[in-house]
Amino acid sequence: MNSKKFTGIDIIKYLSLLIGVFVVLFPPYVIIVNSFKSSDEFNTASTMALPDSFLNFDNFKIVFERGGLLTGFTNTLIIICIALIFNIIFGTMVAYVLGRFTFKLKKAVFGAYLFATVIPSITTQVATFGIIKQLGLYNTLGAPIILYIGADVIQIILYLQFIRNIPVDLDENAMAEGASLFRIYRSIIFPLLTPATATLVILKSISIYNDMYTPYLYMPKQSLGVVTTVLMRFQGVNIADWNLISAAILLILLPTVILYFVLQKYIFEGVTSGAVK
Amino acid sequence: MFGTLSYKTQKNIIIFSFLLIPVALLLLFTYYPALKLVWFSFTDWDGYSPEKPWVGLDNYKEVFSNPDIFGVFTHNFAYFVMGIVQNIVAIYFAVLLNGRLRGRNVFRLLLFLPYIMNGVAVAFMFGYVFDTTQGSLNLLLQAVGLTSLGETSWLGTPGLVNYSLASTGLWRFMGYNMVIYIASLQAIPRDIYEAAKIDGANAWQTFWRITLPNMKPVIQLNLFLTVTGALEVFDLPFVLTKGGPAGASQTYVQRVVETAFAYNHYGLASAMSIILLFFVIIVVGLQQFVLSRGGSGK
Repeated sequence: MNSKKFTGIDIIKYLSLLIGVFVVLFPPYVIIVNSFKSSDEFNTASTMALPDSFLNFDNFKIVFERGGLLTGFTNTLIIICIALIFNIIFGTMVAYVLGRFTFKLKKAVFGAYLFATVIPSITTQVATFGIIKQLGLYNTLGAPIILYIGADVIQIILYLQFIRNIPVDLDENAMAEGASLFRIYRSIIFPLLTPATATLVILKSISIYNDMYTPYLYMPKQSLGVVTTVLMRFQGVNIADWNLISAAILLILLPTVILYFVLQKYIFEGVTSGAVK
Repeated sequence: MFGTLSYKTQKNIIIFSFLLIPVALLLLFTYYPALKLVWFSFTDWDGYSPEKPWVGLDNYKEVFSNPDIFGVFTHNFAYFVMGIVQNIVAIYFAVLLNGRLRGRNVFRLLLFLPYIMNGVAVAFMFGYVFDTTQGSLNLLLQAVGLTSLGETSWLGTPGLVNYSLASTGLWRFMGYNMVIYIASLQAIPRDIYEAAKIDGANAWQTFWRITLPNMKPVIQLNLFLTVTGALEVFDLPFVLTKGGPAGASQTYVQRVVETAFAYNHYGLASAMSIILLFFVIIVVGLQQFVLSRGGSGK
């Protein structure tokens, strides 16, 4: 079938792709090799050299003991789970109301959500800070949770796009059979929005896991570290020990990288459906 | 119980109860802060005193007349330049990976990989790439014989530091753009290409006359995102260089945060935020205008 000759253009194509892959993998490579080196080994060998042994897990042990990484992972997981549950519930509820009913203030509510996507939350932080303090949420896990639920409107926009593709006939048939509107939401709309929910879970988990600004600003307390702030503190204390910091970086990268390789198909789908407005 | 009510009553109850909390949150965390911000921006508030002395437009005058504040935007410019490069690279790889190619799924998987990596971890990782004496970039340059280039202080040279940082952004987000572009390429109907082939168009003509015009809306969208993204950069310089050397890599948002939370000039910081907000709204408004005009031709 494919007996075409390897042309010059093919060589350029593959060469550029290989260069791209090299550029992508080079920084992580440096982190990986150094995370397995002892301090002596790190000081004597080149930064780019392979470690004596890939079975030297001392650095990882130290990071786990000293770095509070476990706390970071736990807090991040708690925040992601609670924020996602409310995002899904509120997002589907608002989409159901805005997507299915006509009422007086519909346009105003809809416009308010659309315009909110334009306002970057990073610019209003100065004022949001005072509100979080007044609510007594400063230095609690509640601060990032409520901000991820309330200050981000991506879930509403996402669900609104999806609900348009669910035929209204389904609602009408159910109504003809006497189902209540709440039942229609729970048994028809909510399950049929599952693809959007999957997209939301993926996009939101990535963005919360990666967010540094919100936890840094609202949870300076040591015990409330999330992965990003824990890593920042660990780096600040151990700034000279590249091998230790490399191990910490690797441990923080690993969960998402593994999830990515396992769920690649869903992640690509999620990213593209989340972006095409 | 609920099911026995008339649909009209049910509808009203649902609308009210389903919207109550979400809309309250929207008002509390988006619109109320935005309004407060406008008010603060006309005061000289220090962040804790009960009084907020009214100063009129002084804060705005300060932002525009003090080159030290507004000049920070020149640092953001590097992110805009690299953002453009990022889109060009992304389009190139998207076109390659959309064609017939061995191992294209593996290439796509690897090129997208940085996007899912934790931003702070990536920032520190690049600290080791850019380090002057032990950094892998300089070691690599020396290994291939570029000795003098291999002694560059990537993060210590004002002017260069912003481009070094912005290239980290390129590394991290190129794959994301690429995946979006691939999706837009796959949406172009096959038969247009068939027709072009029959008419004897070569690969280059096909790219210029069919592929690129069809990608136009997505490219525009990504370019506008590049502009707003460049205006709002914060994480990377904050984590990696702390704005240094001597403030040379401080971005505008970093400056806002510092003005408010380190120097307690909430009024001035609010005015700076409002100005940024204003810029973003202009860019998005422009984007809506351009995109809707492009869309009406279809």
